[in-house]
Amino acid sequence: MSESSVAAESLLAVDVGTINTRAILFDIVEGQYRFVAVGKAKTTIEAPYLNIGEGVRRAISKLEKTLGRTFLSNSQSLIIPSSPDGIGIDSFALTISGGKPLRVVAVGILEEGSAQSAQELAATTYSRIVDVVTINSQRTQESRIDAIIKARPDLIILAGGTENGAERSVMTMVEAVGLACYLLPKDVRPEVLYVGNQALREKVQDSLSSIVHLDIAPNIRPSTNVEQLVPAQAKLIRIYQRIRNKKILGVSEFDISAGRRMLPTAAAFNRIIGFLSKTYGSSKGVLGIDIGASATTVSLAFSGNAMMKTISHLNLGENVVDILRFVKAEDIARWIPGHFSPDRVQDYLYNKTIYPFSIPGTVDELSIEQAIARQLMRLAVSEIIQKIPEKDNNVLAGFLPWVEPIIASGSVLTKAPKLGQSMLMLLDGIQPVGVTTLVLDKNNLTPALGAAAEINQMLVVQVLESKAFLNLGTVIAPVGKAKFGTPVLRVWIKQEDGTETNIDVKYGSIEVIPASLGQKVELRVLPLQRFDIGMGGPGRGGRLRVIGGALGIVIDARGRPLMLPENPNQRQELLKKWARVLGA
Amino acid sequence: MLAQIKHILPKTLIQRERTLPATGDVVVRQGQYVEPLDIIAETDMKQEHLLIDVARGLGLSPTQADQMIQREVGEEIIEGDIIAGPVGIARRVVRSPVTGKIVLLGEGQILLELDSPIYELHAGLSGKVTSLIPGRGAVIETTGALIQGVWGNDRIDFGLLQSKIKSTTDKLILDHIDVSLRGSIIVGGYCDDPTILKKGADIPLRGLILASMSSRLIPIAKKVRYPVIVLEGFGALPMNDINLNILTQNVGREVSINAESPERIKGKFPEVVIPLSEMGDEEPPITDLEYQPGQVVLIVREPAARQIAKIKTVYPEPRPLASGITAPAADVMLSYDTVIRVPLVNLEVIA
Repeated sequence: MSESSVAAESLLAVDVGTINTRAILFDIVEGQYRFVAVGKAKTTIEAPYLNIGEGVRRAISKLEKTLGRTFLSNSQSLIIPSSPDGIGIDSFALTISGGKPLRVVAVGILEEGSAQSAQELAATTYSRIVDVVTINSQRTQESRIDAIIKARPDLIILAGGTENGAERSVMTMVEAVGLACYLLPKDVRPEVLYVGNQALREKVQDSLSSIVHLDIAPNIRPSTNVEQLVPAQAKLIRIYQRIRNKKILGVSEFDISAGRRMLPTAAAFNRIIGFLSKTYGSSKGVLGIDIGASATTVSLAFSGNAMMKTISHLNLGENVVDILRFVKAEDIARWIPGHFSPDRVQDYLYNKTIYPFSIPGTVDELSIEQAIARQLMRLAVSEIIQKIPEKDNNVLAGFLPWVEPIIASGSVLTKAPKLGQSMLMLLDGIQPVGVTTLVLDKNNLTPALGAAAEINQMLVVQVLESKAFLNLGTVIAPVGKAKFGTPVLRVWIKQEDGTETNIDVKYGSIEVIPASLGQKVELRVLPLQRFDIGMGGPGRGGRLRVIGGALGIVIDARGRPLMLPENPNQRQELLKKWARVLGA
Repeated sequence: MLAQIKHILPKTLIQRERTLPATGDVVVRQGQYVEPLDIIAETDMKQEHLLIDVARGLGLSPTQADQMIQREVGEEIIEGDIIAGPVGIARRVVRSPVTGKIVLLGEGQILLELDSPIYELHAGLSGKVTSLIPGRGAVIETTGALIQGVWGNDRIDFGLLQSKIKSTTDKLILDHIDVSLRGSIIVGGYCDDPTILKKGADIPLRGLILASMSSRLIPIAKKVRYPVIVLEGFGALPMNDINLNILTQNVGREVSINAESPERIKGKFPEVVIPLSEMGDEEPPITDLEYQPGQVVLIVREPAARQIAKIKTVYPEPRPLASGITAPAADVMLSYDTVIRVPLVNLEVIA
């Protein structure tokens, strides 16, 4: 394209994370939107700054220095729009994951019903459930009130009652919420999001609107077996935005520059995963995973419909030790290719809570950090698998569905010293099945693009089509059970130059088929032992045209779920062997 | 790049803003001298309530019941007081089953706020109240030595300092703790023995300052009633030289320990304060710095965890490191003249 077919608009996207603030510039390069550069600085939410402004300006200044351009005025304000001589930017987008997660009380009728859905809704943004209040628990009305007061929530998600269903029970809970909020000092009253029986909208409005800031969204549990979170998610994003504006200094200033379109980083990430699944138009899904210092976000989308979980108790930051509520230190130590006692792993986790911004200083520390990342991904993926409807035939029970591609983000994955380490962490942590492509978001662009999507969709499309993301490799992971060493996949390989080879891949092994980045390779694959690679059922294969990634084409025949040997020596030998194969 | 800062100072001006979690009463006056356990403010957290269904008690509709309520919002009620009625020939009444205050009434119900324990805010350190924060707390100021720790069990106390550590890598053993230490605050090295913490409670100690501790001991440390503060971290980590010098040089002095849980976002960390009266006009610690050559730093992770070093060169652009990771870094000189390269994020400037 010799002439630009789009409005030449630069976009600066700032993402304020718990540890780092990134300023990312997208602009027209040779007629196409491209990722240009990123400037990074320490986030300044914490004392002594207690204002994101310092970190944002430093990140932008770094970008200015890198590019020799000017985006900030002498008074340190953003220059919007740009002038003809290239000073300033045309549009600005803001995403935030930093700051304490929202303290949420989930209120519903049944613990396993509406209250569970309220918790699922909360998990679509950075939140921490501090109490669950239901009508079917043993609590009296006053103890419900006291529980809410004691929890000091930022937000109460009030669910309950199917459409045209329960009314009296819902109003009992509305009364508890109203009384609790009334008794709290005005300056600490939470916001309330009502997502229950819509027949009660007016009554709820009458009861609560004079006491708290009330939002009402469509019922998240319209019938017993149906959960619909998406319509309420949009309201929740706006509530998150309002609370962040109120509680974190500096957010408001940059949110105004962003046209009051600030997004939680996770929501922006999820938007792009949904967008990709729509664009690819395949029967497979698209998976995104982002391991951050505040949460692990996992997003799974089919045909444009994305489901997500922002799991604040799974993170690599100040609350990393929360992982021990779900797994033992022994489970993490099993992933380390060396002798590390569980006590050492536990001490490491606690030291990481003290210094969440620190990074591994030695190879041993790196091994522990990468083992934690594997376990975080295992837990996060298990949570999203539970959300997939049982009737969905795109799923092998208990496994991740067939997805392609998998987008991975987060420094532990994208800044690993070797790409083989990134690949192996993803294979061990996500355990993809069938044929897929692993893609690394090395510059943390996904949330920036998600935020940009509201402003300039062409930019999103063109950047996604560019080489801003790294294709790590095509992965073929057959599913089935066999004895260790039994051939489970036969592969005929035809390279671009016509060279043909074939290999039998044995159960328990990882094999790499060399293919340079971008090289087209034709494969004929035949699963043996009734293994399944998602090409029509067990034992069914076919032809595949794949494009080589940075690590070529990887066949992971270690089985699903991946079971590590109990014997420590055997286990470590295998871990080292797999790492060697991938150059990790 | 903005630096992480660790306050370890033999002499400084220490100012601490101590505030209640909710509005309450400040019970100290400006200019008053306080000790760590003195209460400076208190509040009623108002966390317990009782809902009395007057309508049901009287057998009336909510609207009718409202007419029969004899009390008003804000009234204090004693257990057994009549709050509604009498009604009918039987002269039925509703009595309060508890003592409390009426906070809401209507629709046939009364909501009582029960008497609940008062939340007391302690001074946390010895010093002078330099200003009051109306309804919330006070600013307390002192001069002396300040050592920030990394973990605490949320207790406060003060007492005479005794040391059971001679070198940075010493380990605290059970034999170190005996009855002669009763009422003292003990400095020890690494601790991985739960019986030490239990023995400390039996004696009892007034506080325990550890270089490091096994994370397995956290649940026990949280249970003991005296403050436990960890200065360096978890696992067998040495005490850094500066901490060791300050603490051993001040043996026999009175020290205060505020072993509050760290709250990074507010810049709150557990700390040891050693008030020193013979000081001049000290400045408060610096809180805002960039990494610069010549700064004295604490290395927070391997390969030289908890060692003091001096920055020789800062590399703002990423450099390859021993772990294989590439990141902005600094060359730092250790006390034995060895230079190593460390990521900037693994350094805390001592200030």
